[in-house]
Amino acid sequence: MNPYLKIDHVGISFSRAGATTEVLRDVTLKIQQGEYVSIIGHSGCGKSTLLNIVAGLLRASTGGVLLEEHEVDEPGPDRAVVFQNHSLLPWLTVYENVALAVDKVFGGKRSRAERREWIMENLALVNMAHAKDKRPAEISGGMKQRVGIARALAMEPKILLLDEPFGALDALTRAHLQDQVMEIHARLNNTMIMITHDVDEAVLLSDRIVMMTNGPAATIGEVLTVALARPRRRLELVDNHEYNRCRAAVLEFLYARNRFVEAA
Amino acid sequence: MANSMLKLKTVSEGVAAAAPVATASVVPLARKPPPLSARLLPVAQKIAAATVPPLIIAALFLLVWEMACWSPTSSLPPPSRVWSEAKDLIVDPFFVAGTQDIGLGWRVLTSLQRVAIGFGLAAVVGVAVGTVVGQSVWAMRGFDPLFQVLRTVPPLAWLPISLAAFRDASPSAIFVIFVTSIWPILINTAVGIRNIPQDYRNVARVLRLNHLEFFVKIMVPSAAPYIFTGLRIGIGLAWLAIVAAEMLTGGVGIGFFIWDAWNSSRLPDIVVALAYIGGVGFLLDRLVAGAAVLVTRGTASN
Ligand SMILES: Nc1ncnc2c1ncn2[C@@H]1O[C@H](COP(=O)(O)OP(=O)(O)O)[C@@H](O)[C@H]1O
Ligand SMILES: [Mg+2]
Repeated sequence: MNPYLKIDHVGISFSRAGATTEVLRDVTLKIQQGEYVSIIGHSGCGKSTLLNIVAGLLRASTGGVLLEEHEVDEPGPDRAVVFQNHSLLPWLTVYENVALAVDKVFGGKRSRAERREWIMENLALVNMAHAKDKRPAEISGGMKQRVGIARALAMEPKILLLDEPFGALDALTRAHLQDQVMEIHARLNNTMIMITHDVDEAVLLSDRIVMMTNGPAATIGEVLTVALARPRRRLELVDNHEYNRCRAAVLEFLYARNRFVEAA
Repeated sequence: MANSMLKLKTVSEGVAAAAPVATASVVPLARKPPPLSARLLPVAQKIAAATVPPLIIAALFLLVWEMACWSPTSSLPPPSRVWSEAKDLIVDPFFVAGTQDIGLGWRVLTSLQRVAIGFGLAAVVGVAVGTVVGQSVWAMRGFDPLFQVLRTVPPLAWLPISLAAFRDASPSAIFVIFVTSIWPILINTAVGIRNIPQDYRNVARVLRLNHLEFFVKIMVPSAAPYIFTGLRIGIGLAWLAIVAAEMLTGGVGIGFFIWDAWNSSRLPDIVVALAYIGGVGFLLDRLVAGAAVLVTRGTASN
């Protein structure tokens, strides 16, 4: 069976002022539909760059990305991105931010009333329906991130790409949002790729964890399958053997074999 | 204390005297004022705090001016003489007593009309060209020195060229306003477009917004605070330019009025015209600032 998404020998180099840096080399990964895959690695290794290539926001220098056998060569709503810093438009309300996406993607296909209902449904999915008329400046960081997720989900993407979606949040909010994302994934069974630098988050949420080596010319060092039944509950996992085995494996990879070396 | 009690007494006596039939209902009313005045006091204090200092300064200013120009040999008129000689201009801005003998309100309106055309054109062209220039690093680098140089040319320096090109006073004055006020609008718009965060561009790319949608939904709102800064500087310059241009081109505007008053030695009239110009300039500035607050709600706070 052909994979849903295929990242095929992807490499990318950036040239700046005559100097060329090779950021990624020979990254190959196959992802099945409905899979939740995390990418973990030290900061600056090229995780966002890889995600942006899948999104189509960056072009790979070598290799390519295939989604359902079609080559990805430009961004599109079938690969919705939840950006690291939410990227809501500050002059639009919560509702209007989601509406911008929904009206663009479904403008010709669904009636105004249907679109309205769909927007509210997605806001309700992330528990943000009550704040639909607030502007981003009036809500907390966790709420902004939830609206960002609602906006991405509302596009009905084939793949949801999340770039450190909970990175800037406090521990409690983060745990709450992780639970919500797990719930959404269970309900919609969508394909997700999430960047994180949090080992617990990676193990809790993922079916597979992709561990990246340090740059320059970073690549996939190891892929770990997390054989934990769903639904997963964080409290029950504390003394779960598989959970702790995965945790230990990722920690070992990150801090024993690929220790972070400060570049600058 | 005794004084205020006395006052209170006379007031309640006055009320009782004015409504002798309803005496019974007056008595409970007389007890109510303290809480009401207690509620009004902070409001009154606020208003007083905002108005008293400017009034005192204005009074002091008039006083110093009066004393400085008090002597009959003084070359400039004191406020009292401005009042006595230019009273008609102060009291009624909209009188019409002949083709050249009209109220300053009419003259200001004529000037404002020119400003509206010149500044309106400058706003449209400035935002449009600024948007195009801001799109490209190359255009930005290439045009910026030119804009920076043109920006510093004083309004009046444009006038001879403008007169030569248009051969008529009114379009020349409008052109001078246009060419004076367009640069800050253009430059600020270009900078605003340049500074659209990459995140917003990425959102637009993921949604596959077309050029028009990107312009309307992302570019304009994102650059709006910059654009309005440019418009606010521009309207100030436009008002500066119109007065100067009208002095030389003639016509009915407030600028020419000053020039005319100077030629016939009516100094009090000039003083009144200056007050008008200052007041209108202030209002124009507030108007654009108010529009900016309305339009950029939210944008600036992020
Ligand atoms: N547009 C670019 N031009 C030049 N270098 C870049 C560009 N984008 C990313 N890089 C470099 O690529 C490396 C990886 O960046 P990034 O993917 O953001 O890392 P991560 O998300 O893993 O922290 C960094 O060293 C960064 O400096
Ligand atoms: Mg990153």
